[in-house]
Amino acid sequence: MREAIIIIMGAVLANNFVLVRFLGICPFLGVSKKLDSAIGMSMAVVFVMVMATAATWPIQNLLLEPNGIGYMQTIVFILVIAALVQLVEIALKKYVPALHKGLGVYLPLITTNCAVLGVTVLNIDEGYGFAQSLLNSFGAGIGFMLAMFLFAGVRGRIEANDYPESFKGIASTLIAASILSLSFMGFSGMIDGIFGM
Amino acid sequence: MKDNKLSILTNGLIKENPVLVLILGTCPALAVSTQAINGLGMGLSATIVLVFSNIFISSLKRIIPDKVRIPCYIVVIATFVTIVQLLLKAYFPDLDKALGIFIPLIVVNCIILGRAEMFANKNSVVNSALDGIGMGIGFTLALTAMACIRELLGSGSIFGIAVTANVIDPMSIFVLAPGGFFTFGVLIALVNKITKGKAREKAKNGCAACPAAAACQQAKEGGCQ
Repeated sequence: MREAIIIIMGAVLANNFVLVRFLGICPFLGVSKKLDSAIGMSMAVVFVMVMATAATWPIQNLLLEPNGIGYMQTIVFILVIAALVQLVEIALKKYVPALHKGLGVYLPLITTNCAVLGVTVLNIDEGYGFAQSLLNSFGAGIGFMLAMFLFAGVRGRIEANDYPESFKGIASTLIAASILSLSFMGFSGMIDGIFGM
Repeated sequence: MKDNKLSILTNGLIKENPVLVLILGTCPALAVSTQAINGLGMGLSATIVLVFSNIFISSLKRIIPDKVRIPCYIVVIATFVTIVQLLLKAYFPDLDKALGIFIPLIVVNCIILGRAEMFANKNSVVNSALDGIGMGIGFTLALTAMACIRELLGSGSIFGIAVTANVIDPMSIFVLAPGGFFTFGVLIALVNKITKGKAREKAKNGCAACPAAAACQQAKEGGCQ
């Protein structure tokens, strides 16, 4: 239980995927403009991250490693993720149309979201077990959601202000992300502090 | 004709620099630009993948069926990424360690898939190779420039050679995550200032370069920004 909390808190706060690890920056900058689309996108990311980990972890550890073809990881993982996203989209469309309406538009974008491929590769690199990998992916997804959610609010306020013309658009967004990232650095010692590691 | 080839080659360097003007490939740009050597290594690795995938996709453009083109592109790109990954592991183990997860993530770098979709599947093999080289060098230049700034301010050195380290205390915040966002933001503002806002207009059209644009609600509503 203690370990589970450490993994999740690490993935959500101390090693936040967007603000500390720099993964998934494109959707973070692109979709975080409106709160509802930010939430929709992050829900889809959490969902696909956990599903992708559930699919890729057994493939790496039961199929690729025992056969000595661990180097095929990149090709196999991206194909599995692409196929999985397609399948999820088809399944949602058929069986849960309400959810598809909410998440559907974001699903195709997720194939090329580096956070998803990133989390599956990181789980292998860190040597996590199956359950730990799932927890880490869930935490990473929630961390992504937290960053998107916080940032959608920040961006709404920035746009209403008057600041130098050159900084309009993406530049001001990045400066704001820098300040948000600064505040997340405060979490880096927190887990060690709480759990006395 | 010669002019045309030259403009294809130089297009990616400054006018349509993938990182600073089109705002693509932001993840590796932010993550590996902590040291100049990492920025250069990442840029060159991505350039190799970009050039070869452009050549392959351009020469296969008549064979690949339109409906499954994106998965086909991904397979081609992933193959070259794996080759680069193995080469780095064998010959540049330090660089491989420093870049870590961002080497496999070249697969999902929007620049490479974007050039495949926007350029390579419409143009000849030679032009696609030139486009790949130009865009790749543009990416490398942007990454190296950003990395030099961050390394100079954050560690007081450039390419590992101490410059101001003994004179001024380095501000280590610049090699950490917030410094990355900050440096990138200021650089983009600078580009906006120099181009008088033209760069920002191009970034808005950046969605055209995104392979998911057809399915993206944001693209239909007038761009990601």
